[in-house]
Amino acid sequence: MPQATFRISRGDSATHSEFKDYAVEISEGMVVLDAVHLVQMVHAPDLAARWNCKAGKCGSCSAEINGMPRLMCMTRLSDLDLSVPVKIEPMKTFRRIKDLVTDVSWNFRVKEKIKKFKPRPADNADGTWNMAQRDVDRVQEFRKCIECFLCQDVCHVLRDHQKHDEFIGPRFIMWNAALEMHPLDTDDRLKELKDDNGLGYCNITKCCTKVCPEHIAITDNAIIPMKERVVDRYYDPLGWLWSKATGT
Amino acid sequence: MADSKALPPPTPFLKTSRTDAWWIPSLLTFLGLGFFLVYGTWAILVGKNYTYGPYISPLYGLELWGDSPHALFGARPGFWPAWLPFTPGIFIAWAPAGFRFTCYYYRGAYYKAFWADPVACTVGEPRSSYLGENWFPLVMQNVHRYFLYFALALMLVLAYDAVESTQFEDGFGLGVGSLLTMMNVVLIGGYTFGCHALRHLLGGRADSLPVGFKGACYDGVSACNRNHMKWAWASLFGVLFVDMYVRSCAMGFIPDLRIF
Repeated sequence: MPQATFRISRGDSATHSEFKDYAVEISEGMVVLDAVHLVQMVHAPDLAARWNCKAGKCGSCSAEINGMPRLMCMTRLSDLDLSVPVKIEPMKTFRRIKDLVTDVSWNFRVKEKIKKFKPRPADNADGTWNMAQRDVDRVQEFRKCIECFLCQDVCHVLRDHQKHDEFIGPRFIMWNAALEMHPLDTDDRLKELKDDNGLGYCNITKCCTKVCPEHIAITDNAIIPMKERVVDRYYDPLGWLWSKATGT
Repeated sequence: MADSKALPPPTPFLKTSRTDAWWIPSLLTFLGLGFFLVYGTWAILVGKNYTYGPYISPLYGLELWGDSPHALFGARPGFWPAWLPFTPGIFIAWAPAGFRFTCYYYRGAYYKAFWADPVACTVGEPRSSYLGENWFPLVMQNVHRYFLYFALALMLVLAYDAVESTQFEDGFGLGVGSLLTMMNVVLIGGYTFGCHALRHLLGGRADSLPVGFKGACYDGVSACNRNHMKWAWASLFGVLFVDMYVRSCAMGFIPDLRIF
């Protein structure tokens, strides 16, 4: 059986960590998570790694493989260069708990602050609403998000500039977009997006779109449309005049 | 919120665990945009050899004032200071230049290639401070939709130039320059009609997407938008290529080949 070496970051804090090499036997069809499980089984039973569905749907096994944020369960060994050690690190944007496990609870606290869905009164007597299919499709794309937080991890505003207190990251700009674009929603989140949630920090690197395992066009379909809505309200005097004149 | 002391320190400049050739896209962007910037500036400031027969370089259309037969209002205007070198391109070039400078795609590309902010995803940055597009000067990028209005108007001019490129001295005809001018209209059209701001203004701004003709326009713009990067580069080099062709013909380096 061929072997491959996995260079895994071990430690329990940002400052106390080291890389350790583990050689394991590999076979056809294996993914990185399989290799991590083999390492746990053969070499390091105390290696901490979070995982659940092993099908790219739970978003638990997020890590950085050869420097790129990816799901371990969706990264095939056949797509990696196994002639050199495969580097596996925890997500850098979040506090490390142990080895490959990070504390992503910051994301849930951010989500709690965003205004909830507030639908208009029901359209029909039976309490249901009417929506055009194309409007459903538009926001449905954002519902594919599995909250793996790889987009948050790769975003340099959080990763390198650590603006966790001023910027909510691509995941939650997209969450705002899903609510703002929803034809039934009546609430308004643009002021918060601009002033409190740091939409202007995004400089459109598209790294979030690049790493999304669900292939959501985060930048083109969520972030830029939100930036444009902010422009409508705060940076477009002629548009404002036009809206006033036409009542649109 | 997040305890920054518990987070790893920022990655040093150009450091990364990536093993792929992450520097190539930014290097190509740097070279591509850098070349266009240098060549385009020279081509506009030089102020000559920008027409040949029925062709006009796209860097000079719409020619408001100038010495060529394409000029709308005749030769150099009287208000132009005598001490200032005159070039017809200066009256129009700012509009497509501003449109591209404030374009969402180009912004992301040149922030990476020219400002290393970051050079590539997960690669360390040179600066610890970061303001994003929140404050001056980058908050001015929000003017993009105003440049879009000019760019849409210039699409009509480019289409007119494409028709004009078939009007030779001996009547209707088709030359390689005519085909290149038409190709230029298609490429710039693909780029302009895929603009994020246009997509927003055509219906993206509403919670209920448009239907009917407006809906079809929105879908068309969305289709172009999905390949905005490819249209951006193709149209940029299209402009360069047509300018070089017209210039080479005008300077006698190559003959213009007539198809009929």
